[in-house]
Amino acid sequence: MDTALIPKGVRRCPMWQFLLGLGIVGAVLAWGVYAMLLCWFKGLNQTNMNNYYGFALWIWADLAVIALGGGAFFSGLLKYIIGKDELKHIINYAVLIGFICYSSALLILAIDIGQPLRGWFIFWHANIHSMLTEVAFCLSCYFSVLTIEYIPLILENRQLNKVPFFHHLSHNMHEVMAVFAATGAFLSFFHQGSLGGVAGVLFGRPFAFREGLLIWPWTFFLFTWSAAAYGPCFTLLLTWITEKVTRKKLVKDNVVELLAKISGWMILTYTVAKICDTTRWANITVPGMGQTLADFYTGNAFYGYWILFVEIVLCGVVPAIILISAPLRKNPAWRITAFFLGVIGVSLNRWVMILQVMAVPVMPFDSWALYYPSWQEVATTILPVAYGVILIMISYRYLPIFPQEAELNPIEEAATAAVEIQTDTTPDLEPAQA
Amino acid sequence: MKHEQQHNPPMKYGMAIDLDKCTGCGACMVACMSENNIPFREDESDKLVSISWMSVFKLTNGKAFPDTEICYLPRPCQHCEGHGGHSPCVSVCPATATDYSAETGIVSQIYTRCFGCRYCMGACPYHARYFNWWDPVWPEGMEKYLSPNVSPRMRGVVEKCSFCFHRYQLAKNKAYLNDERTVPEAAYQTACTQACPAGAIVFGDLNNPAHQVHQIVKPDPRKGNKSRNPRAFRLLERLGTNPKVYYLSSREWVRRAGDNYLAHEKTGQVSNVHH
Amino acid sequence: MFPFSFEWLWDTGHIVFHGGLWYALNIIGIGMTYCVIKAVIDSSKGKGGHGRH
Repeated sequence: MDTALIPKGVRRCPMWQFLLGLGIVGAVLAWGVYAMLLCWFKGLNQTNMNNYYGFALWIWADLAVIALGGGAFFSGLLKYIIGKDELKHIINYAVLIGFICYSSALLILAIDIGQPLRGWFIFWHANIHSMLTEVAFCLSCYFSVLTIEYIPLILENRQLNKVPFFHHLSHNMHEVMAVFAATGAFLSFFHQGSLGGVAGVLFGRPFAFREGLLIWPWTFFLFTWSAAAYGPCFTLLLTWITEKVTRKKLVKDNVVELLAKISGWMILTYTVAKICDTTRWANITVPGMGQTLADFYTGNAFYGYWILFVEIVLCGVVPAIILISAPLRKNPAWRITAFFLGVIGVSLNRWVMILQVMAVPVMPFDSWALYYPSWQEVATTILPVAYGVILIMISYRYLPIFPQEAELNPIEEAATAAVEIQTDTTPDLEPAQA
Repeated sequence: MKHEQQHNPPMKYGMAIDLDKCTGCGACMVACMSENNIPFREDESDKLVSISWMSVFKLTNGKAFPDTEICYLPRPCQHCEGHGGHSPCVSVCPATATDYSAETGIVSQIYTRCFGCRYCMGACPYHARYFNWWDPVWPEGMEKYLSPNVSPRMRGVVEKCSFCFHRYQLAKNKAYLNDERTVPEAAYQTACTQACPAGAIVFGDLNNPAHQVHQIVKPDPRKGNKSRNPRAFRLLERLGTNPKVYYLSSREWVRRAGDNYLAHEKTGQVSNVHH
Repeated sequence: MFPFSFEWLWDTGHIVFHGGLWYALNIIGIGMTYCVIKAVIDSSKGKGGHGRH
C-alpha cells in the first residue's frame, strides 16, 4: 500500500501491523493530550503541585529529556567538528531522538506555565540575568537547529527526493551541516549549562546552591558535561531497543562501540568532576550556610543517602568502567547494562537537582514537603514518550534513518527464498516488493 | 532593569516584628487578606495550596512539659535586597515580572507580566510566594467589599506580600498634594502593622533615623545590614538574602530558630558565602 | 527581546547575551537562506533530482 514511500533496499512490516502499533501508541498519546488540554483549560489545579512544590514531575521530565537528547549535539560535534566520520551511521537517529526530546521539552514547558498564552513574555520581557531566560532562548534556537538537521532526512524520502528542489535543498543542507552542527553545539553548551544554572544559582536553597566561575555555578558545567556524557547512552540504548523491536541489526558494532567508548570516558571524567563538586559542596558550601548533609538526606520518608550512591557510584562509576574497558564494552549484555545505568543516572541527577531541591526544608522550623503527581501529570509526562514512539515509527518506516540497514539486512536472499517458496505453488506470481 | 530617577535619598521600607509580643492571634493574616483582595476557596484545609501573604508559623523549643515554650512567627515577604538588589526571586524571574525597587526597597510583583513559571517560588527559601492555582471566586456579594486599590490576580500567576504598596502610592500622592518632600512615617503603614493588637509589628523606613523601625533595628550597612540590636535577627541571614524584615526576641532559642547553625556555632554567627 | 527595546540599558551582560543570541540566529538564518537560494538555482539549472550525494 505504501511501498512507494518505503526506502529502497529495506523491508518493513505489513501496513496492518504498522497501523495497529500506531493505534495502540496513539491511544496513549490521546490520553496524554486529554490531560494536557485539562491543564490548559482548567489550569494547573489539575496537578498535585503546591506552593512548596512549584516544580514537579514534568519539569523533571523536561530536564531529563533535554539531558538525554544531548546525544544529538554531542554526536554532531564528534562527527562534524572533531571528525569521527563513522558516526555518520548513527547521527540520523541521534538527530531524530534529539528532535523528539527537544520538541517534547518545549511542549512540557508550554503545559507547565500558569499562563500559557503569555509564554512569549520570556522572550519579549527577557531578564537576561535569569538562567531560565537563557534556557528559553537557547532551547528554542537549538530546536530550530535540530529541525534543520531533521529536514534533510525527511527530504530524503524516496518520493520527496524526486522533487528537484527538495533534492537540492537536502543536498545543500548536508553541505553546510557542519556550520549548523557547530551552532547547535554552541547553543547546547549554553542551554544545558543554564539548566544546571537554574538550580545552582538558588542561593536561598543550600541544597541546590553552588559556587562557580564568574556568573556560572559549577552545576552549569556539570549539566553540560553530563548531557554530553550520558546523551549518547540514550541514543545507543534506543538504537538497541529499535533493533530488538524490528528484529534487525541496524548499526554496525564498530560504530556503537566507538560512541560507547567516547561516552564512557565522558562519564568517567564527569563522575570525577561530580565527586569533586559534591565533596566541596558537602564540606565547604553547606556548612558555610549552617547545614550538614544529614539535613538533606535524613528525616524524611524518601530522600536518603542511597541517592548519592545510586547517582554517583552505581550510575556513574559503574557504567564508566564498563564502557572504557574494551572487553566489557564489546560484550552486548554489559554494554546495554551500562547504557541503561547511564540513562537512569542522568535522569536521577536531574530529579535530585529539581525535585529534591523543592522537598528539602530551609527554615529550621519548616518541614519536608513530599508530593505525589496527579494522573494528569503522569499522563502529560507520558505524552512525549508516546509522541516520540510515533515519530520514530513513522520516520523509521519512511526515511533512511539507518544508512547501514540495507547492507546489514540484505533483502535479496529473503526475497529469493520467498520467490522459491511461491514458485512451488504459484509459478506465475511476481516476487514481492520490499 | 532600568535605573530609576531619584529625587530623594533612597528609602528602605522594612519591618521589626517583636516575637515576644506576638500572641499568634492571626489578626495580621486576616487584615492582609482583606486589604489585598486575597482569594480563598470554600475548602481551605490544604494549606499547601492556600494563599496567605502573611503567614504565622508556630515554633516550639522542642522541650517536654513543663519546659515547653511556644513562639509565633509572622512571616510576610522578607523583601530581600540580596547584594545590590539581587534578591533570590528577582534575579531568577525570566520575564522581569518581579523587581527590586531602589527607591523603596520593595520587591514588586507584576501580575499581568508573570506567566506562571514559578521559578521565583523555588528560589524563595521563606515560601513567601504563592501561586494562583484557581481563578479567584468570591462568595456572592463579597466582591463589593474588595479593595478598589488592589488588583485581583488571575489564575496562573504568582503573588506575594507587597508591603501594601498601594498604600505607599496613596501616601505619596497625598504628600505631594500637601507639598511634603517625603512620605511621613504615619502616612504609610501596612495593614498587618495596624491590625496587630499587641503592637508587635513596627513598619517604616530603615534608612531614616527618625523612623521607629530604624531606631529599633539600627541596621549596620558595613555588616550587610545586620542589626546592632542584640535582640534582633533575620530569617536565614546566613544565606545572604539580606531581608528587610527583622525579628526581635529576648529568648535565645527563638533567635537560634531563625537560622541554620552547626552544633558548635554560636547563635548570630554570620557565614562568609560567596555569590 | 530586540536590540532596540527600551526596557534595559546596554551593559556588559546584555552585550554578551544579545551578541551570542543574534550571532547564532544570524548563522542559522544565513545558512538556511543560502541553502534555499542555492536549491532554487540548482533546480532551475535542471540538475538531476535523483541519486545519492
